[in-house]
Amino acid sequence: MVTPTRKKDRIDALAASSADFDAGVSLAVSAWRQLRRSPMFLTGAVIIGLFVLVSLLSPWLAPQDPSEPMLIDQVVKARNEIPPIQPGHVLGGDLQGRDFFSRLLVGSQQTLIVGVLATLIGLTGGLTLGTLAGAFGGWVDSAVMRVVDVMLSLPSLLLAFSISALFARPNQYTVIVAVAVVQIPVFARLLRGSMLAQRHSDHVLAATALGVKPGAIVFRHMLPNSLGPVIVQSTLVLATAIIDAAALSFLGLGNPDDRIPEWGQMLGDVQNVFDTHPQLAFWPAGCIIVVALGFTLMGETLREALDPKSRR
Amino acid sequence: MALLEVRDLTVVFERKGEQPFTAVDHVSFEVEPGQTVGLVGESGCGKSVTSLAIMGLLPKRGARVSGTVGYEGTNLLSLSDREMRDRRGRDLGMVFQDPLSSLNPVVPIGVQVTEVLERHRDMSRKKAMVEAADLLDKVGIPDPTRRLSEYPHQLSGGMRQRALIAIALACRPRLLIADEPTTALDVTIQAQILALLKELVRDMGTALVMITHDLGVVAGLCDEVNVLYAGRVVEKAERHELFAAPRHPYTHGLLSSIPRLDAPRGQKLSPIKGSVADNIPWDHGCAFAPRCPNALDVCVQVTPAQEDIGGGRLLRCHNPVRPPVVEEVSA
Repeated sequence: MVTPTRKKDRIDALAASSADFDAGVSLAVSAWRQLRRSPMFLTGAVIIGLFVLVSLLSPWLAPQDPSEPMLIDQVVKARNEIPPIQPGHVLGGDLQGRDFFSRLLVGSQQTLIVGVLATLIGLTGGLTLGTLAGAFGGWVDSAVMRVVDVMLSLPSLLLAFSISALFARPNQYTVIVAVAVVQIPVFARLLRGSMLAQRHSDHVLAATALGVKPGAIVFRHMLPNSLGPVIVQSTLVLATAIIDAAALSFLGLGNPDDRIPEWGQMLGDVQNVFDTHPQLAFWPAGCIIVVALGFTLMGETLREALDPKSRR
Repeated sequence: MALLEVRDLTVVFERKGEQPFTAVDHVSFEVEPGQTVGLVGESGCGKSVTSLAIMGLLPKRGARVSGTVGYEGTNLLSLSDREMRDRRGRDLGMVFQDPLSSLNPVVPIGVQVTEVLERHRDMSRKKAMVEAADLLDKVGIPDPTRRLSEYPHQLSGGMRQRALIAIALACRPRLLIADEPTTALDVTIQAQILALLKELVRDMGTALVMITHDLGVVAGLCDEVNVLYAGRVVEKAERHELFAAPRHPYTHGLLSSIPRLDAPRGQKLSPIKGSVADNIPWDHGCAFAPRCPNALDVCVQVTPAQEDIGGGRLLRCHNPVRPPVVEEVSA
């Protein structure tokens, strides 16, 4: 018996197989064709999609108030017991008797905010420094790059730790600043490298030969062509930013107000009861790992797809 | 008066800890308005460096440029960066070799054309767009309005070169420098592009400096030809004379290495032996001597001077090729 195959499907399959040899398509289009068939990219995309969705909707999704202790806890307060799994509380409660599942859900918000803001600020700083270095060259380049080298020579977590220790009262914003500053040198270096390559490219020479002003050359001809690797890097940086932020909170340099849940802080709070209640550490740690993995999978596959050298 | 008057143009590349390298050595030539002058030579003979020096596009550090480049009486080499920037694109246009890499890949064609118009002709974006469509139409790009919003990768090779020519001619410069504009194109497209250049140059009265290694291009386009070897002009002649009677052994070699349809069957092509790497410096003799079939002892000892051999021809050779005797038809 012949399997009924629709004509349209066959044509699509044919088109897809010949797409790889089509030199006329742009890098972005061919990257997308490669990505949408990559299981790694799809896994990452699904994780990140769910994560963003959950964090945006968490105030409505959370079954309980994440900052209010359960009533049942007040009854057995004397025994200082951690509430077990029970109807209405799928993961039980935390040390203070607050609904653990709701805290996990709402905690994703902080992770998203810190991750995205820190990456954006780091990106802005890196773009500024990288553009300065790449556009001017000469001593400006040397000066900027030496600062960047010094920052890169320090372990990133140690640097973030030192920066947040500079603030008298750590809160969620100091975490963002600390994590952001650590990301600046990576972006700056990357952008400077591709800007330098652009400086000697034919189309920049051609633009110069047309009398285009230096400002327009930098912002219209060099910068847009140098952004690719930086954008890819920012998806990877999102992962490190989330881990770094969690680490800072874990070490007590995050938001001291524990009514707003945060995964790193939740992890730090339960250090003493880890041997009796490992689930309290397991869930937030698992969340951090999965989300970071999601961003890394997306970033790595994106980088591979956009890198002309690794294109098949 | 000549539109462009290049006198003793010399470009020396200097690098710390290395011998300075003279890429262009006292090159002089003139271009009259509406005239097409060819600079011919193989890779590394200084053609492109000459064009970049005229445009003021050589890096400030590392390249020492001397001599004069007179444009309507002003020495372009003495202008400030800002003055030179105002002239580039407006008075002097340039078309590069590789049309794909010379266009900005992330900006639509239309913006790249209007950019020049806005810069030099103070046009509004709207007016410039109309003008840009007009320009694309003029260089033979079909459906120009649609093309304006397309990106370079969506255009074919010939189309891209047409777009580049449109951009270079957008402000009607009086001088256009074309640096091997057809090298990256198919042979059929090459002919079209050359025909287009020829037509535009004639219609707009633009002077053209054609840089090429392709003598076929020279034969079809140039009024006057300068043959460069190792940074110096070795022979300069009017087109017909150069092809009819090449005097310098290098020019002769170039011409006899071109396959010809009217050559007798079985006749082999005669290549020029060796490569540019075999050059000796000009200061101890003739740079071409190691590869020259006519080389004499004097060629490796005394630098040949440039001589006027009449008919507007210049020659730099101790032992030139004899002009062919006009064959008499034997009865």
